[in-house]
Amino acid sequence: MSETVRVAHTHEPIVREVETPFRRFLSDYFESQVAVISLFVLGVIIFIALLAPFISPTNPYDLASVTILDSKLPPGGQSMAGITYWLGTDGAGRGLLSSIFYGLRISLGVGVMSSLIALCIGATVGLMAAYYGGRTDTVIMRIVDIQLSFPAILVALILLAALGKGVDKIIVALVIVQWAYYARTVRASALVERNKEYVDAARCLALGDKRILFRHLLPNCMPPLIVVVTVQTAHAISLEATLSFLGVGLPITEPSLGLLIANGFDYMLSEMYWISFFPGVALLITIVSINLVGDQLRDVLNPRLQK
Amino acid sequence: MSLIVFVGVNIVGDPVDMLINPEADQAEIERFIRDLGLDRPLHEQYWYFVLNALKGDLGNSFIFNQPALKLIIQRIPATFELALAALLMAVTIGIPLGVYAGLNPDYRISKTIMATSILGFSLPTFWVGLMMIMVFAVMLGWLPSFGRGETEMLFGIEFSFLTRDGLAHLLLPALNLSLFKMSLVIRLTRAGTREVVHQDYIKFARAKGISQNRIIFVHLMKNIMIPVVTVLGLEFGGLIAFSVVTETVFSWPGMGKLIIDALHNLDRPVIVAYLMIIVIIFVFINLVVDVLYSILDPRVRLQELKG
Repeated sequence: MSETVRVAHTHEPIVREVETPFRRFLSDYFESQVAVISLFVLGVIIFIALLAPFISPTNPYDLASVTILDSKLPPGGQSMAGITYWLGTDGAGRGLLSSIFYGLRISLGVGVMSSLIALCIGATVGLMAAYYGGRTDTVIMRIVDIQLSFPAILVALILLAALGKGVDKIIVALVIVQWAYYARTVRASALVERNKEYVDAARCLALGDKRILFRHLLPNCMPPLIVVVTVQTAHAISLEATLSFLGVGLPITEPSLGLLIANGFDYMLSEMYWISFFPGVALLITIVSINLVGDQLRDVLNPRLQK
Repeated sequence: MSLIVFVGVNIVGDPVDMLINPEADQAEIERFIRDLGLDRPLHEQYWYFVLNALKGDLGNSFIFNQPALKLIIQRIPATFELALAALLMAVTIGIPLGVYAGLNPDYRISKTIMATSILGFSLPTFWVGLMMIMVFAVMLGWLPSFGRGETEMLFGIEFSFLTRDGLAHLLLPALNLSLFKMSLVIRLTRAGTREVVHQDYIKFARAKGISQNRIIFVHLMKNIMIPVVTVLGLEFGGLIAFSVVTETVFSWPGMGKLIIDALHNLDRPVIVAYLMIIVIIFVFINLVVDVLYSILDPRVRLQELKG
């Protein structure tokens, strides 16, 4: 989602005066100050996640530079080698700020990957349900209903109990948890779109089903989908962190924010709050900014609210 | 369903490594494996499992050497107590705040309430739990941070809320678990209130000179309760699912804690039994909610009559 908005920035200066739907969308979006700030914050977070190895002050997973002597330094503490750790260090002497940068990379990566895959599956299935109707629709929507009647965390927990740990496994689990939301959203808007004239026209031209589904129907179902993608990405990130915290998500070799927080749990009772606190704040900022961007997108893209 | 879980659980890890004394010799290990029935092929194990399950025996826990079913049923009251306490908190705090924000949408307090509710949606439950322990248990020392505290027997079941100590133990976990639902209740009540205050019957009640309190508590409340109650019913399942997280953070001895421990120790019978029970609970909850829905909302009943 954020990618599409950023692409927009690069195109912006070319057409200045023409009022395109896209420009209207942009100016609507930028009306809210909160939304602009959260978009900016989200941009910074994505930037950090992408460039983590280059901008981290230290490499927390380079065994040569991490020593146990620097462990449990409070925020702003100086290491033996004279490096200042602004957010302190954890029990093994890894700088927290750098760990968070690396953790963001994994958390965001898992969240975005899983919601994009779920989007592809869910959108296809939802379009098919709406377009073919009849038995296909009944079967698909029944599965969606059953799936949605169980809380996401429970389904993910069951799946991970069966699958085991690993990045690929948690992505599979998150995809299975999420696809139903997309399927339902796409179906709802595709049901309306299906009866419009352009679909009839496409059918009269004897275009293939595949072409009608993906080239004609899908683009017109996009606005609500974009909102769901944003919200679900935030949800996926939070779910991944929770599962990793519970010890059933990512293995210890892929330290996401959830694992960082879990690491600090043991130290917290001895008042070393920073090990859990700062990764949690990073997680919180990420989720809140995605949610706020999603909120504004919902308002802007909602046809009922359009001026 | 049971087959998938059973096979999946059996592929992950080797419980023998976890259970046996590292100094045991080969003969001992083999005897141990035979005792647990782990030497038989998988399909045979599954067959025995189904046969026993039909007799109501889901196998013995590897760790506790007690029937898995009994272990879980023992833990159910603790989980339900926690979930109900959280639900109660969400309602008693959420509804008044939501009504207030709905009646005075432009007040600064209302805006703060709404902003906080967005935060409540975004905050990862487990992290909030950790921070609560940090602040209230470690730094301030006001409230205990783990366990159920003293319990009192009522109808042969142990309850925490009957003793002062137990209540103190219950407060933090319940608050933690209820935060998310509370935000949900606030948003629902606010949206409901804003819709209802503009209805004719409210204007009419005002015109009749009925006191503001009576309008709010009788005319308004009745009409906003339908969506709130149904959503809460649906979300009760979510509370039980999310209690897995809260129980782990606060070491609350419910079934969520049990399943996480079982996952870590690869205690297969407990995992399988838990999943069976949770599925039954959810099917039951969904059924109750469906029934409640048609009782509460006459429109649903009428629709069915028409159809």
